[in-house]
Amino acid sequence: MAISNPGDAGATGGPRARADTVAAPRDSGTAEAREPMGTLPERLWPYALLGIALGIVFTRAEVVSWFRIQEMFRFQSFHMYGIIGSAIAVGAAGVALIKRLEARSLTRRPIELPTERFQPPGYQYWIGGTAFGLGWGLLGACPGPIYVLFGNGVTVMAVAFLSAVAGVWTYGAIRHRLPHS
Amino acid sequence: MELLTRPWPWYVAGPIIGLTVPLVYLYAGRKWGISSTFRDVCAATLPSGIEYFQYSWRRLGAWRLVMALGLIVGGLVAGLTRTTDVAISTSTRDDLAALGITDFSGLVPAELFSWTSLGTLPGLILIVGGGFLVGFGTRYANGCTSGHAISGLSSLRLVSLVAVLGFFAGGLIATHVLLPLILGGAG
Repeated sequence: MAISNPGDAGATGGPRARADTVAAPRDSGTAEAREPMGTLPERLWPYALLGIALGIVFTRAEVVSWFRIQEMFRFQSFHMYGIIGSAIAVGAAGVALIKRLEARSLTRRPIELPTERFQPPGYQYWIGGTAFGLGWGLLGACPGPIYVLFGNGVTVMAVAFLSAVAGVWTYGAIRHRLPHS
Repeated sequence: MELLTRPWPWYVAGPIIGLTVPLVYLYAGRKWGISSTFRDVCAATLPSGIEYFQYSWRRLGAWRLVMALGLIVGGLVAGLTRTTDVAISTSTRDDLAALGITDFSGLVPAELFSWTSLGTLPGLILIVGGGFLVGFGTRYANGCTSGHAISGLSSLRLVSLVAVLGFFAGGLIATHVLLPLILGGAG
């Protein structure tokens, strides 16, 4: 169904694949193809460094700990609320500054700021959010911590990872039957 | 050195995590989020006719997959130098002890999150069931703690606020209703 749907070419099919092939010789496999003119190459190593830094912060601040998540959902400490709250405050200040200054990205790509700020929230946010929360409460880890815990030696998180991938696949398979808006 | 190995307070960790949002925007304009890596993995490894997984995961997801690998390495580095138990409050400790948890030495309770616990019903529900719901829910709601709570609320999005309310509703049900049932059933 998807493959034969010409209206969806942007998300699937032909034109993109062709552009990939054309651009392939001049990049090194990091998929720089089809970017708007005038952009600089986006490197991957900054993201590796970012991940390492966050892995250390997540561990040191104990946000990867099932115990801390339990403490949060039992309202027995300010720790997690302080982390999430101050992260949002700093993030919001940064986003506001980017908007105010109309900042451009270092690699001159457009900044993907969400524009539909007051889009009415449909079922997907209520139901999906609650499903996620149930998993978060049981597993005690959201997606980032699943990776970080694996690095910390809780190798059984590989099973949680595969289960999460299975959950995503299931969503992808049945999403047309789920209420969204 | 001790400053680096002991647990960090919220007012150090929170702002660093928050800075990630503008930093990632300012590098290449991307909206920070982690859970989409699960979708990238589906798109990259599971061939299927499912429309949801037919996109260029290299172009849209390579950055976050590399970040996820970094998270593993960062966890490894930090884990090797971790010296103390998780400093949870005594009331949490008491509550969890009442549920039968005795080992507070790791980042997670070893009796629930280990390869041997995977063979028990509570371990299976928590690891496989919890993991499945995290994956399913994050895509249904179109974001996780990073994408909605941090990135989304940083942009003051209403849908993110609703998603985060859902996260907490689910977490409270899991903590106060499901967990006693699951762990009590094992007792």
